[in-house]
Amino acid sequence: MEFLVASAIGVLTAVGLYLVLRFRSFPVILGISMLSYAVNVFLFATGRLAVDMPPVLSEGVTAYTDPLPQALVLTAIVISFGMTAVVVLLALGAYLSARTDAVDIGLDDQEADT
Amino acid sequence: MESIGTFLPLIAMMPFVGALFPGLMIQAGRNVCAMTAAVPTILAIIMLTICAPAVLDGEVLQFSLPWLPSLGLNVNFFLDGLGLLFAGLILGIGILIILYARFYLSRQDPMGQFYTYLLLFQGAMVGIVLSDNILLLLIFWELTSLSSFLLIGYWKHLPEGRQGARMALTVTGMGGLAMIAGMLILGNIVGSYDLTVILENKDAIQASPLYLPALLLILVGCFAKSAQFPFHFWLPHAMAAPTPVSAYLHSATMVKAGLFLMARMWPVLAGTPEWFYIVATTGLITMVLGAVIALFKDDLKALLAFSTVSHLGLITMLLGFGTPLAAVAAVFHIINHATFKAALFMTAGIVDHEAHTRDIKRLGGLRHLMPITFLIAMLAALSMAGIPLLNGFLSKEMMLEEAAHTVWAGSPWLVPALATLGALFSVAYSFRYIVHVFLGDVRQDYPSKPHDPDFGMWAAPGFLVLLVVLIGVLPAVAEPLVRTTAGAVVGGELPYFSLKIWHGLTPALFMSAIAVAGGALVLSIHSVLAPRWDAAPRPEAKQIFDAIARTATVFSRWLTDMLHNGSLSRFAAIFAVAVIAAGLFAWTGGEAGPPVREPLEIAAVPAIAWALLVLCSLGMLVFHRNRLLVLILMGVVGLIVSLAFIYFSAPDLALTQISVEVVTIILLLLALNFLPKVSPKESSPGRRLRDGVVAGAGGLAVAGLTYAILLGDFAQESISAFHLENSYSGGGGTNVVNVILVDFRGYDTFGEIIVLGIAALVIYALSQSVLGGAGGRWLASGELDSKKAGDRHPLMMVIASRVMMPIALMAGVYIFLRGHNEPGGGFIAGLVVAIALVMQYMASGFAWAVARQRVPYHTTIALGVMAACFTGVGAWFAGRPFLTSDFGYVTIPPLEKFELATAMAFDIGVFLCVIGAVMLALDSLSSMARRAGETVNQLPMDIDPARRSVANATDKMAVAAGKEA
Repeated sequence: MEFLVASAIGVLTAVGLYLVLRFRSFPVILGISMLSYAVNVFLFATGRLAVDMPPVLSEGVTAYTDPLPQALVLTAIVISFGMTAVVVLLALGAYLSARTDAVDIGLDDQEADT
Repeated sequence: MESIGTFLPLIAMMPFVGALFPGLMIQAGRNVCAMTAAVPTILAIIMLTICAPAVLDGEVLQFSLPWLPSLGLNVNFFLDGLGLLFAGLILGIGILIILYARFYLSRQDPMGQFYTYLLLFQGAMVGIVLSDNILLLLIFWELTSLSSFLLIGYWKHLPEGRQGARMALTVTGMGGLAMIAGMLILGNIVGSYDLTVILENKDAIQASPLYLPALLLILVGCFAKSAQFPFHFWLPHAMAAPTPVSAYLHSATMVKAGLFLMARMWPVLAGTPEWFYIVATTGLITMVLGAVIALFKDDLKALLAFSTVSHLGLITMLLGFGTPLAAVAAVFHIINHATFKAALFMTAGIVDHEAHTRDIKRLGGLRHLMPITFLIAMLAALSMAGIPLLNGFLSKEMMLEEAAHTVWAGSPWLVPALATLGALFSVAYSFRYIVHVFLGDVRQDYPSKPHDPDFGMWAAPGFLVLLVVLIGVLPAVAEPLVRTTAGAVVGGELPYFSLKIWHGLTPALFMSAIAVAGGALVLSIHSVLAPRWDAAPRPEAKQIFDAIARTATVFSRWLTDMLHNGSLSRFAAIFAVAVIAAGLFAWTGGEAGPPVREPLEIAAVPAIAWALLVLCSLGMLVFHRNRLLVLILMGVVGLIVSLAFIYFSAPDLALTQISVEVVTIILLLLALNFLPKVSPKESSPGRRLRDGVVAGAGGLAVAGLTYAILLGDFAQESISAFHLENSYSGGGGTNVVNVILVDFRGYDTFGEIIVLGIAALVIYALSQSVLGGAGGRWLASGELDSKKAGDRHPLMMVIASRVMMPIALMAGVYIFLRGHNEPGGGFIAGLVVAIALVMQYMASGFAWAVARQRVPYHTTIALGVMAACFTGVGAWFAGRPFLTSDFGYVTIPPLEKFELATAMAFDIGVFLCVIGAVMLALDSLSSMARRAGETVNQLPMDIDPARRSVANATDKMAVAAGKEA
C-alpha cells in the first residue's frame, strides 16, 4: 500500500509540475492545485499509513493513527483553497485587464530560453 | 561590587533611550533640543564616574543577563581599564561635540535628527567597549556602521555626503562581516562567546590551526573600521559629513573601534610572528602613506582626515609590535590623539564656519582675525607635530623609542627609518596647518570676513587644548589611567615605565629632532613639491572602489536577470530544478533511516482507486488544452484523494477535502466562464521534453522520499502520544484532530483563519480594482459574451437547491456540534454551509442570490475572527494565558448531559470565518458576472429570451427537415 501512496504522490507532483510550466494561466492554476494535493497527502503520510484507526477516542481501543499531521493538513487544505482562490482571481484580473491569459506577457520569444 | 556592575547596562542603554527625545524636543527650540541630547550623555558620564574608582583600583566590574543562552548570546557587560578609557573618551568627547554642534549647525539643518543619530552612534560605541560577549559586541559593531552611515550622510542634499556615507557603510560593513566570521571561529575554538573567557585562552587559540584564519578575518574588520591600508580610502570621503560628525567619528570613536578591538584581543592574538608582520607592517605603511598624502591636501578636513589615517597607523603599528611597552605607548597615544585631533577638527569647522571655505589656498593670515581660534589650533597642531610640553610629544617619543629597537625581517634600521619619515611628514603637515592657514598676511578675498566665534563654539576645543597642555606639562596626571588601561590591554603585569618629558639623550630624541627639522624643511619647499605630487600618476581609490562596485552591480544584475527574467515558467523551472538538486544533495549527504516498517497489504479497491487517480492525472497531461475536460479529471483526482483520507483513518480530512473540492471546482468553473475555454498549442517539442524531464524528476524524487518515509521510523519520538493522552482529559473532546485545532494548537488555527480572511479580502480588493479598470469596461462592453445555455436556471435545480437549503444548513450545524467528539467541526461545517449557499448562486443566479443576502461577507469574516479572539481573551479573566480553554458538563432537564467548552466558541469563530471567506471569494467572482450584464431572474424557471427565438428557429427547421424526410 505504501508503494501505491508514494507513487500516487509522485504522479500528482509530476503532473502538477508539468502544468505549472505551461504558458497559460489556467493550466498553471490547475498545476498548483495538483501540487497542493501532492503536498497535502505527503504531509498526511508523514504520520505513516494506518487503516481503521481514526484518531477518535473510544472505549476499549488503544491504537490510533497519528492525529498531528491530520490537524496540520486540515488547515492546509483550507488555506490552499484560499490560495487557489487568490490565484484564480489574479489570473482572471490579468486576463480581463490585458486581454490575454499568457503568463509571460511581454516576452516575445517564449521559446528562446530553452 | 555587584551593585556597581548594574550601572553598566544602564550606561550602554542611556544614549539609546536618549535618542528618542531630541527629534521630539526640537519643537521646543534648538537649545532645549541640544540639552535633551546632553542629559543622557551626562547621566552616563556620572554613572561611569561612579564606576571609575573601583576600576582604577584594578577591579573588573561585571554584569550578566542571559538572553539566548542556547546560542551563547548573553547580555554580558564588563568594565576594565580599557573599557573605562574608551567609554570615557566616547562620552566625554560626545558631550563636547553636542555643545559644539549646537552652535555649528545652521537653522536649516534638522537638529533633532542630528542629535538622534549622534546618540544612536554614541550608544553603539559605548556598547562595543562595554560588551563582555562577542556576539553582543558584534551587534553593537554593526550598529556603529549603520548609525555612522546616517551621520556621514546627514547632509542628504550633497551627493558627496551620500557617496561618502555609502562608501563608509560598504567598507566598514564588509569588514564587519569578516569580523563576524572571525569572532565565530574564535568562539568555537574556546567554546564560549564570553570575552573574559576567551581572553584567558591564549594558548588554545594560538595553537589552533584556525588561529590564522580567525586572525585575518578579525583584522580585516579592524582595519576596515580603523581605515588602515588598503581600506583607508573611505575615511577622507566621509569628510563630507558636518564637522562635528568628523570630529567625533574620526578622533575618538568610530575609527578607534578597530584599535579598541585590536587592543581588546591583544592578550590572545598578539605575540605571534603573524600578528607582528601583519599588524605592524600595515600600521607602518598606513602611517607613512597617510602622512605623505596629508601634506598635499588643500582641504583642511582632508588634511586632518589623512593625518588621522596616519596616526591610526601609528597606533596600529604600536599594537603590532606586541611588546607591553608598545601597548603602553599605544594607549597613551589614543588618549592624546583623541584630544588634539578633536580640537583640530573643531577649529577646522570654526574656520569653515566663519570664512566659508576650508581651502588652504584661499586662507592665511587668520591669526590677526581670529586670535582665540589661532591659539587653540596652534597648540593642538604643535601637539600633533610632537613638540615638547604638549601631550603629542610624549607618546610620539615613546613610539619612536619602541620603533628604534624593532627588527623587521632581520633589518634593524627599516622600522626606525620609516617611523622617522612618517613623523617628519607629520611635522610638515602640522606646521602647514598653522603656517598656511593662520600665519602670513591678512588677505582681502576671504569668501566671508572671518572673526572668532561665540564662546559656545570655541569652548569645546578650548577645553581639549587645556588637556593637551596639562598632560604635556604634567604627564603624571594621565599616568593612573594609562597604567590601568595598558594593564587591561596586556592582561598582566606591566614592566616599569613612567610618563615624563625628559628621558635623556635617547635615540628617540634624535629621531624626533630629525623629524622636526626635516618637517620644517619639507614645508619650506612645499610649493615646489606640490605641483609634482599632483602631476604624479597614482591610483585613485574612489575610482577603483566605484569600478568594483559597478562590476558587482553588473554581475548581480546579470545573475538576477538570468535566473529571473520575468518569465514565470522559466522561473518555476529553475526553482523546481534547484529544489530537486537540493533534495538530492541532502539525500546523498545525509543518512536515511532503514526501512523497518512492514508494508500494508495492497487491497483490491484501493488499487482500483490508485489506477483511476493515475489515469486521470495522466489524462490531465494529455487533454490539458481542453480546459473543461481537464477540470472534470481534476475533480476525480480530488475525490480519490478524499477517499484515500477515509481509507487511511482520517475522516476529518476526508470531509474537509471533499467540501473544499466542491468549492474549488465551482470557483474554477466560474472563472472559466470568462477565461478562454482552450489553451493554444504553444510550446515546442523540445520545450515539452524539457518540462517533462523536470516534472518527471520532481515526481520521482517526491515518490522516492515518500516511500522512504513511509517505510522508515521516526528519527525522534513523536509528540502525538501527548495529544492522544490529553485530548479528553485536557481538552474535553474525543476527536483528537479537532481538539488539536481548537485547543492544543488553537493559536495556529487563530492565525490561519486570519490568513484565510485576509486572502478573501485580497480577492475582493482584486476584483474591485479589476472591475474599476480596463477589465471592467471590457466585461461591460459584452464583447466577452460566451455561449449561454438555453435555460439559464434549470427549473429542477432551482427547486431542488431551495428545498435542500434548510436541510444543508441543518447538516452544517450538526457537523459543527459533533465536531469536538466525532469527525466534524468548524472548518468542515463552514464549508458545508458555504456549499449550501453557493448552490443558490449556481441554481438561481448570482444577482438573485445577492439580492437576498442580508449580512455582508466581510462582516461574517470579522465576526469570526472576533469570536475566536474574544474566546482567547476570555482566558485572561480566569488569569490564564491567551486561548487557554476550559470545559464543563451541563444538564438541562429533558436533555441528556452535554458538554460546553470554550473551544466551541472558538470553533464558532472558525466556522464564521470559513463561511465568510469562501463566500466572499465566490461573491467577488459573481460580481464580474453581474458586471457582464446578468439580470435578476423573477421566476424559478427562467428561459433566456435571446435564446428562445434561436431555439424556436431551430425547432422549426427540425420540423421542416422532418417533413421533408
